[in-house]
Amino acid sequence: MSKITFSIGGVHPDDAKIARGCAIEVLPLPQTLYVSMAQHLGAPAKPIVAVGDKVLTGQVIAEPAGFISAFVHSPASGTVKSIGPRKDLAGNYMTHIEIAVEGDEWVEGVDLSDTLVTEIPEDRQFILDRIKACGIVGLGGATFPTHVKLNPAPGSKAECLILNGAECEPYLTSDFRIMLERTKEIVVGAAIMQKVLGGCRTVIGIEENKPEAIEAMRKAVSELPYSIEVLPLKKKYPQGGEKQLIQAVMRREVASGGLPISVGAVVQNVATSLAVYEAVQKNKPLITNTLTITGNCLPVEKQHNYLFRIGMPLSYIAEYAGGVPEGAGKIISGGPMMGRAIANLDAATVKGSSSLLYLSAESTKRGEESMCIRCGRCADACPMGLEPFLLNRLYKAGDVAALEENAAQDCIECGCCLYSCPAYIPLLDNVRQAKGMALGAIRARAAKK
Amino acid sequence: MNSIVIWTIVILAGLGLVLAVVLFLIAESFKVEEDPRIEQIEKALPGANCGGCGYAGCHAFADTAVKAADLSAHFCPVGGNEVMKKVSAILGYAVVEKAPQVAVVRCNGTCAARPKVNVYDGVQSCRVKAALYSGDTLCSFGCLGCGDCVSACEFGALSMDSETGLPVVDESKCVACGKCVKACPKGLIELRAKGPRGMRVYVDCRNQDKGPAAKKACANACIGCGICVKTCTHDAIVLENNIAYIDYSKCKLCRECEAMCPTGAIHGVNFPKELDREGIKARVAARNAAAKAEAAKKEVSNE
Amino acid sequence: MAYIVSPNPHIHAAVSTKRLMLDVIIALCPAVIVSFLFYGLSEMAIMAVSVASCVVLEWAITKYMLKKPSTTGDLSAIVTGMLLAMNLPPTCPLWVVFIGAVVSIAVAKMTFGGIGQNIFNPAITGRVFLLVSFPTFMTDWTVPAGFISNVDAFSGATLLGQVPILGALEADKLVNLQTLFRNIGGSAGEISALALLAGWVYLLVRKVIKPWITLSIFATVAVIAGIFHMVDPAQYTGILFNLLTGGVILGACFMATDYVTSPMSAWGGVVFGVGIGFIVMMIRYFGSYPEGMSFAILLMNMAVPLINMKFHQRKFGRK
Repeated sequence: MSKITFSIGGVHPDDAKIARGCAIEVLPLPQTLYVSMAQHLGAPAKPIVAVGDKVLTGQVIAEPAGFISAFVHSPASGTVKSIGPRKDLAGNYMTHIEIAVEGDEWVEGVDLSDTLVTEIPEDRQFILDRIKACGIVGLGGATFPTHVKLNPAPGSKAECLILNGAECEPYLTSDFRIMLERTKEIVVGAAIMQKVLGGCRTVIGIEENKPEAIEAMRKAVSELPYSIEVLPLKKKYPQGGEKQLIQAVMRREVASGGLPISVGAVVQNVATSLAVYEAVQKNKPLITNTLTITGNCLPVEKQHNYLFRIGMPLSYIAEYAGGVPEGAGKIISGGPMMGRAIANLDAATVKGSSSLLYLSAESTKRGEESMCIRCGRCADACPMGLEPFLLNRLYKAGDVAALEENAAQDCIECGCCLYSCPAYIPLLDNVRQAKGMALGAIRARAAKK
Repeated sequence: MNSIVIWTIVILAGLGLVLAVVLFLIAESFKVEEDPRIEQIEKALPGANCGGCGYAGCHAFADTAVKAADLSAHFCPVGGNEVMKKVSAILGYAVVEKAPQVAVVRCNGTCAARPKVNVYDGVQSCRVKAALYSGDTLCSFGCLGCGDCVSACEFGALSMDSETGLPVVDESKCVACGKCVKACPKGLIELRAKGPRGMRVYVDCRNQDKGPAAKKACANACIGCGICVKTCTHDAIVLENNIAYIDYSKCKLCRECEAMCPTGAIHGVNFPKELDREGIKARVAARNAAAKAEAAKKEVSNE
Repeated sequence: MAYIVSPNPHIHAAVSTKRLMLDVIIALCPAVIVSFLFYGLSEMAIMAVSVASCVVLEWAITKYMLKKPSTTGDLSAIVTGMLLAMNLPPTCPLWVVFIGAVVSIAVAKMTFGGIGQNIFNPAITGRVFLLVSFPTFMTDWTVPAGFISNVDAFSGATLLGQVPILGALEADKLVNLQTLFRNIGGSAGEISALALLAGWVYLLVRKVIKPWITLSIFATVAVIAGIFHMVDPAQYTGILFNLLTGGVILGACFMATDYVTSPMSAWGGVVFGVGIGFIVMMIRYFGSYPEGMSFAILLMNMAVPLINMKFHQRKFGRK
């Protein structure tokens, strides 16, 4: 039993990895794809194609609009049918490029073979440029542009690259599947990033509820000529939280408001590592990712792990997998702890899509809110050591100064507080707003200076 | 026994006297000299401390008003012109009158007109709901119905109508402080001129979807057809992002746009007479026909 | 089909206020059953009246005075009722029990706004009110007929009450291993230390409470008793005597650990426990009451907001 984990708070939800046995299948292309310009954290990309243009698979169709932004590539070959606002999964409008799919003809210069390329390019800048040009973003949830993260500001030095294979969210199995099926590619991807960061210590952290993945990863690491460790982690949510993972692996805490690089850490998801491998070794842009179709109201035989193309409507994937199950009360994109409830199933997948999770209404409906009994469970569960009951109270009182003093801005929105509240008080709903208020005050002060 | 009672009274009375003298001396020595007009203005103000004027409270209002060169930046929406006359008199400044305003909720997406497409299961707060998603109907612009405006109102002028699911403004209580305007994450509430005897016309919708989408989301939506813009003879209506907006400073309350609107998105309120829809329609049609004939004639003469 | 949309998280731990209260009720059961065995029908009547009055009072107050949805469903009134009954002598008249329930629920709990809002532990407030108002009933330690004979019971005084009569040396001799199973005299719930501890362990295993408050009370009582006893065994009773007699175990396991009226953080809990242990020993050694657990808990209840202000969880990434 591994004892390596973060030291404050955390919860132990049932891991429910029902779809762990389902090998990754490739989804066929639909007739129409809708590519969102908001595929990443930061400014939405700017379309560079026009209606009526013919595009090839992997062709750049939108370019970054700012430092923190990323290229977007066409997920199929066809014709640009329209460019305009379309509703995302929350029902809010975002510019999408609609592509009428005519085939899957790739742009030139992309290696589509399955051969493993283990030789890593020497030139660091070449690698970074490739990663940027291929539109790689962090696939662990935040979708932060990877080339920015791999190029720390001068003066800061990476001491440890942590590959996040924790997949601490219940139900999700996409990372688990790629760790089994694309093991060596992930290891090469890690080695590429290790090289970019100047050859620092590199650790692949995997929660020990995935022994097969640990086994496979250890084997791959031993067979490849790189210096990479595989580290089994204790099963505890949110193990895959960036700050938590750094503390678990390095025993260092990122200070409030600080970046991981301030303690010498760079964290990348295993799926990102795979994307980096494909970008650098194969020149393949990020237009695919793995997604789990799962849930507690979906029979095991209907659960799948799919390789999807960005821009596929969620409803198309749901239909292909046999439709939304009868008992579904809530459909979630992402895990049950941090995922987003889907208000619009017609929304298109993006680079960071990781699941289509069906939960029954009984299992997900919130209980009736009652009075706080001051049990302190929320504070015990908070991995950031915050006191959600207090922040909730201060938020209601509108006391921004006290919120900041009590570190509302440190909240990582993991959901542990509400998960463990016996009175079903909507702690995170309010604390998230409180965080916004505290951050606003901090930014306003910084702007004044 | 008696002496105990007497002594108790004497000691307590003495103690009270000594403390009173001490308090008085301390109050005297720490007294802050303030412009006496500040207190006068504060007395004239309603004392609601609502912040509707843009200052932190009534004292801040009075303090800044005394230092200001004129009263252009100071207006108490709660007290209105009445109070401002008093304040101007105290300071000896010219009176700046303002048309009284009232908060107007520009969404008519009632439960009946705007079908719900999902069930919201979070904290009952528009702010939280808006941060999460576009709302439980197909309209991403309309009222979320959690009543943040109601809780923001310090004058009890807003309430939720349980039948429509929309907030209702009680005009007699609304002081146009603007708190609800800030509280609404969808920007639905606007301070508009109250109008003569409360009469005013406004577009009761903020939906920027194209016609069919707007129609699908809500039966009462403005579909951006532009008929009102064409009808208006006062140049008071603009159409932007598929939504009409009536400039209350230009509107002459003729109600032609209201009668012509195909979806009933334009509302006139507090008019003594009911809207003569057919009469206005005929009038507008006749006017349009005449204009057409005129144009045709001009064309002919131009030739 | 209209699906649910809500902010994360989308799942919830199998925990609710009701479930927690149910666990406390289950944990109290061993001690309650033992008290029934020793004190028979009269204790059963006290328990029934206490629980019923608490539940009915809370229901009536929420419904008719506060006009809010009833909170009796969370079972907290039952817990209060059980604890109150366990804190009364087994001979207590039933009308006195009812008054205790009125003080517990109406005064100590509902006036503050109901569950979660009260400053003082309701059951203890009820008990202390009765102790001050009806000292004769509250210190009548006659033992009523039970289902198990209780031959060597003293009538008229608890073990703690024996100290001034017999002297500390003699009183200490009265405490032996048997006391662990069956205390002599005292409130109904105090009779079996073992039953109480079993309930406490159940709460720990179910992760309803944490052990820090209870352990720090025990430790403080032991340390203070140890020091004083070492200095003058003729004047001051010993460690075992002070741990096993009176309400220390009942108070430390079930009353001081009440969520609402105890500090939230672990270190705050330790401070709270040390305070209780200190006050109870001061009352026992130097006060005019033979026992002071209730007073100690009430006094420390007052300090909880202060303790909560001072002791916080360690925040991630901050010194």
